[in-house]
Formats: sequence, C-alpha cells, structure tokens
Amino acid sequence: MKVVVSVIGKDRTGIIAAVAGALAERNINIEDISQTIMQNNFVMIMLVDVENSSVQLDKLGEDLQRSVEHLGVTVHVQHEDLFNAMHRV
Amino acid sequence: MFTENEILETIDMLDNRHLDVRTVTASLSLLDCIDANGKKCADKVYDKITRVCARLVPVCESLASRYGVKIVNKRIAVTPISVIGSASGDFIGLAHALDRAGKNLGVDFVGGYSALVQKGATEKENMFLDTLPQALSETDIVCSSVNVASSKTGINLDAVGKLGKVIKDLAYRTRDINSFGCGKLVVFCNAVDDNPFMAGAFTGLSEGECAINVGVSGPGVVEYEIKKHPDYDITQICELIKRTAFKITRLGALIGTEAAKELNLSAGIVDLSLAPTPAIGDSVARILESIGLSSVGSCGTTACLALLNDAVKKGGVMAASRVGGLSGAFIPVSEDAGMIEAVRSGALGLEKLEAMTAVCSVGLDMIAVPGDTTAAQLAAMIADECAIGMINNKTTAVRVIPVYGKKVGDEVDFGGLFGTAPIMAVNGGNPEMFVNRGGVIPPPIHANKN
Repeated sequence: MKVVVSVIGKDRTGIIAAVAGALAERNINIEDISQTIMQNNFVMIMLVDVENSSVQLDKLGEDLQRSVEHLGVTVHVQHEDLFNAMHRV
Repeated sequence: MFTENEILETIDMLDNRHLDVRTVTASLSLLDCIDANGKKCADKVYDKITRVCARLVPVCESLASRYGVKIVNKRIAVTPISVIGSASGDFIGLAHALDRAGKNLGVDFVGGYSALVQKGATEKENMFLDTLPQALSETDIVCSSVNVASSKTGINLDAVGKLGKVIKDLAYRTRDINSFGCGKLVVFCNAVDDNPFMAGAFTGLSEGECAINVGVSGPGVVEYEIKKHPDYDITQICELIKRTAFKITRLGALIGTEAAKELNLSAGIVDLSLAPTPAIGDSVARILESIGLSSVGSCGTTACLALLNDAVKKGGVMAASRVGGLSGAFIPVSEDAGMIEAVRSGALGLEKLEAMTAVCSVGLDMIAVPGDTTAAQLAAMIADECAIGMINNKTTAVRVIPVYGKKVGDEVDFGGLFGTAPIMAVNGGNPEMFVNRGGVIPPPIHANKN
C-alpha cells in the first residue's frame, strides 16, 4: 500500500535524516522522494510503501509526527488514493 | 508521483480552508421491522440499527486518519417512521428507540422521524404529525422531516396548517433551550429519498436495504480560489467554481466508496453540497461576497447564488458516479458567519432570503423569528416556500425557529455547528383565513406530462 508522507516546516539541518531514519525504524520503504524550499519553507514529499510497516496505517501520522516533533516540522501521512482522486481524472 | 503543488494544495484545503466530509450517512430501510405490537416494533428497529450500523463510527474514524480528512458527522437515516409505526400507532416508542440506538453507536444524528403527506395524510399519519412536538422534545439526536408538497401532487394545505401549529408547540416545549426543538424539524416540498444532510435525511421508499451516502463540504476552498482571481470575468469564475467543486466531490466519492466497502454495504450517492459552518472561512455567504458583493443580501445576491449553485452541480456531477441528495449551496442563516453578519447589519432580510431559496439547493434554513409569530404565519411561510419549489421543480424546505420569548433585535446561540441566530422580522398581516381554508393546492399544469 502506497502512502504520501509530506513534511513541511522551517529548514534546518537533519530533517531528511530524521524522517528517513524514523521510516526505516518502522520498516517503511521510501520509493520516491522530492525536496525543495518553497517560500522559505522546507517541503519534502515522499511516496512510501507501508506494506511491511510495524505501525498501523491509521496511527502512522500521529506516530511520525511525535518522532520528529523536536525539529519543528509538520508531517502529514495520507493514502495515495486521496491525491489520485483529487488530481487525476 | 504527484507534484509538490498538487500535494500542498490538498493539504492546504484540508488544514486551512475547512475542506471536510460533512457527513457519512448510513441510509437504512426499516420496512422489515413493521409490527402491530409497538414494543416489538421498537425492539426490532433498535436491533436492526445497532446490528447493521455497528461499525459505522469506527470505520469512519479509521478512514479519517488514513486519508487525513476530517469526517465531521456520522449519521443514520431510516425509512419514514410514519410508515414503520402505522401498524401499531406507537410512534413515540419508535422515536425513543431511534434515539437510544443512535446514542449507543455514537452517531451524531438519526433522521427519519418523518412523514410523506404531500397529497394527503392517512388517519395514522395525522396521528404521527401530532406526536412531533413530544417526540422531538423528549429525544436528543432524532431529526424529523415532513414532505407536504411536490411538483407532481401540489401542496397539502391541511398538512401545512398542522405543521404551523406543531412548530409553535415544539418551540414552547423546548423554550429552555431557545426553542431548539424546531431546529430538528424540516418541512419539505419535493423531498429527496437519499439526502444525507440533517435534519431532512430519511431513507425513501424507493431505496434499497442499506447504503452509504456522503455529503462533502468546503465553501472556504471555493472562496479562497475566487479571491485569488479578482481579474476573472464571471464566465471564468463559473469555470473556477466547477473545477474546485470537482476536486471537493472526488474526495467525498472516495470516502463514500471506501466506507461502503469496509462496512460491506452498497455505495450510495454523493451529495455535492456546499454546507457552511459558523467557523471563519467556512461560509457560503463569503463566496457570494468574494464574487463581488459588499454584503450578501445586496442586489446581485440571487444571481451570484444561482451561478454558484449551478457551477457546483456541473463540477460535481462528473466527479462522482452517483450524485444525489440536495446537491447545491446551502444557505442556513445561523450556521454561516457571513449570513449572521448580514442579518445583524440589516443587509439581509427574510424577503431576499426567500428569493435566494428559488435558486439555492434547499430553502429557508435555520431562521430564528420572534416568539409571537403565529402558527398561521409559520404555515403561510411554509406555503410560500412550497409554492417556489412546486412551480420550479426543485426541493425547498423550511426550518424555522420561533424562539419563545424573543423579539426582533435579540439573538440566540444554539451552540456548536448550529451557530448564532439574530431574530429576523416576519412580514405583518394575517394569513389565517388562507391557511384555515385547508384542502390541497393542485399541482401546476406542467405536472401533467404523461
């Protein structure tokens, strides 16, 4: 099952490392990743496979947010179908 | 992979523009619960609701976190209780069974304490209408609707007159809570069988066993998009609304399909409505103002609302395989920060609102009027709305609250999503003789199409 993880916040050292580390700890594979700075904000979008995740999908958003709280970024975890529905005809 | 803009746009809509799924409503037939023994019938109703809808709330909560989308209300709509209870006549027992079942499951509302009397009422249906004040004042989450008119059958003025008295009685019985009992009762012309929104949701007799119907919302998203384009002409604005409505509806269709799949029920319709809440940035009135009115209520309001209502339907129809319900723009007064402000400032009165109901999705909704408004005035107000719906082949409705002890200039707070209502002035004059004539206003000539 594919899920979109988006991380938004003020840029600082170690965000990618922390998020990637947190995903690895939960046995979640990153399949695609893009990162940019938009209007002074750090924006990272990842497509991940949660098939073997050690954390249930319903709890994953909360769980990831907690683990990167100290970086001051916001994490959204949303099933890819949401974006397919809204942006693809 | 999606582009950053696509993903950020969705997140912005959900986090900052109040895009949400307003309701996931399980529409449930109770026809197999009919029993001549009132107690047995109530038990069957309670058992069926709690069995079939047992997982409604947990499934919605799980979907909400999976997609990062708020599902504001979970509701159940059942077959009109006037039908289910006619064999026993114990309608009040059924009202309590609905209330208990809904509370047990943790849903927000149970709709369907309803009757369809647009052409005439049976003896039992008249008895049922008489139980409305008691049923709605003794229960908390039960909602009621009565269809008193249609384009095909005309207007049942006997029922309209009765409803005027019912609303007065209900306002008195619930006077301690600002007559809010009336907020749970809608009087319809051309009611639809698959409406997921309260207070008017019920499961029509044409419906199947059980289906999941979804109502989406997101007036804030539409307002935000329009505000970004002050340079657009009105045709471009219509296109913009269509595109935005498409995205909003796709979200609703996704949640509806997934909820139905997980609950093992059939996927019903998506209602494409823009439904406001009193929160800032969640207002239909503000959309009309963003098109170019200094305040809702000014000349031009009806035109802007007409284009909004139509563009929402056009954008939404392609986004979902089955569209239904009321589908359009709701204009409840107390539930919309922009409408409240316009009434307060005197920019919006009942007459302009009535004109707006000719082009919006429903009708006079969540209107607080003085406590001394007579039953005949309320009935005549309903008759006026029915006339608009009947002649124009659209759904219209009246949800009016004659707040006990209050007069024009006062304001009442209904709390939460129901918002705040300034008491609106009702036209003077006495329509009593008209209402008391009773009988049926025949349907218009264009009803005879066969």
